[in-house]
Amino acid sequence: MSERDYPLTWKRPPQILTHRGWRWGLQIGFAIWLVLALSTLDPNWTRIADGWERGMRFVYGFIQPNFSSRWRDISNGLVESLTMTLTSTVAGIVISVPIGIGAARNVGPAWIYYICRSIIAMSRALQEIIVAIFFVAMFGFGPFAGFLTLTFATIGFLSKLLAEDIEDIDEAQAEAIRATGASWWQVIGYAIQPQVMPRLIGLSLYRLDINFRESAVIGIVGAGGIGATLNTAIDRYEYDSAGAILLIIILLVMIAEYGSSYLRRFLQ
Amino acid sequence: MSERSFPAEWRRRTPRQSLAIWTLWFGLVALTVWCWQVMNENTIWAFVADAPRQAADIGSRMMPPRWSYLPELLWPLWDTINIATLGTILGVILAVPVAFLAARNTTPSLLFLRPAALFLIVASRSINSLIWALLLVAIMGPGLLAGVIAIGLRSIGFIGKLLYEAIEEVDAAAVEAVTATGASRAQILEYGIVPQVLPAFWGITVFRWDINIRESAILGLVGAGGLGLKLQGSLNVLAWPQVTMIMLVILATVVLSEWVSANVRSAII
Repeated sequence: MSERDYPLTWKRPPQILTHRGWRWGLQIGFAIWLVLALSTLDPNWTRIADGWERGMRFVYGFIQPNFSSRWRDISNGLVESLTMTLTSTVAGIVISVPIGIGAARNVGPAWIYYICRSIIAMSRALQEIIVAIFFVAMFGFGPFAGFLTLTFATIGFLSKLLAEDIEDIDEAQAEAIRATGASWWQVIGYAIQPQVMPRLIGLSLYRLDINFRESAVIGIVGAGGIGATLNTAIDRYEYDSAGAILLIIILLVMIAEYGSSYLRRFLQ
Repeated sequence: MSERSFPAEWRRRTPRQSLAIWTLWFGLVALTVWCWQVMNENTIWAFVADAPRQAADIGSRMMPPRWSYLPELLWPLWDTINIATLGTILGVILAVPVAFLAARNTTPSLLFLRPAALFLIVASRSINSLIWALLLVAIMGPGLLAGVIAIGLRSIGFIGKLLYEAIEEVDAAAVEAVTATGASRAQILEYGIVPQVLPAFWGITVFRWDINIRESAILGLVGAGGLGLKLQGSLNVLAWPQVTMIMLVILATVVLSEWVSANVRSAII
């Protein structure tokens, strides 16, 4: 027998970039970028070595959290965060339902569609932190600015997903309701609302969870909540209190996540 | 004919159901009102009433943006993109093993390793990258490295969660076929599972990279380098035209990265 004309081992062909030139070009370009990017990192090793001991203290703080010495601050921050989360989610839902309905292609006229879509785009493009900076500058420090920030962010999130959901409904049902001579409000109430309600509740619960997490962040720029407490704790190098706050945040997020997934399964 | 056994008007719910639903709604409204009152105990309403004037004032100071500031922003912009991309790479490197440990069908130990991996994912997801950056800057000093690590730590949870869900949803038939050829565990992973999750993996990574660009733009507020550092500096000296310029740059970057990620994802999936 002559030479083998088949390979002894099988090699999986590439799945995504099938052209050889593209593959090589991308890999070489990536390598060049990686070298350039890593060279700009410029870590200050002596500073990191100094910080190492502090880092270990933080790890110890996380293992042995101190809930008691700053409990007043922590509980105040928590109350602010939780109340802010709930009120802003509710306000956000109330505002985003009409905007979401307006931003659905199949329900409203075109000019309303464009207005609502631009509101959504604006709310989604600006990050919470930047919005919070402006609201703090306008409304003063405290949870009220945080409430406004979270409401603003909720509008973009909920309206967009609600609008997409309304666009995806089963048109046959809306058609059937319309055929009975129903008014526009009745179409919304009997054809669209029952179809999107389970998902709207699910999204609202998800947003509640996100708003709580965000409320821990916007405190850093002065918008109240547990984030402000955390920022103070880190500034004072009280890592045991910071560890306690982080553990509380993780615990609450876990409860919110499992609770909301349980509730969603129960509601659907 | 005697009495009607059906109502004159059709209703979707029985009276008892509507009562339950109305009670639920009432409870929610009451809770919200109570929360509103607790939250606003210390709010100074004079400041709130003053807000429109403040807004007009800041707005007039912000316009027009200071275009001559743009060249100074190019270097921080490069830093911001590097933080996001290096952070994503770090996150991917850390998240892939975690995802394989967390997935029910690939984990070596359901009893110990899977809960540990799930806790890691939840812990990383519940803490925002800004908080990670706050901690890391306190520990290792300001700089790009703190930002990269913060983004990486936050990305573990996101990539890990989506990836382990993708791994759990793989087609078992393909895995069984590879197993039937007498493949080792590593070979089952490489030929049975990895090809099935690879498109999802790239999609998740690019999606997270897009989110990371947004987040790295503001990490500088706590000292982790990039555009946020310039933003913080401009805010501290109340240089509002510069703030507008920085926000325009951030907006342009975010829109561009969203466009890139949407295109890449639609090309892959």
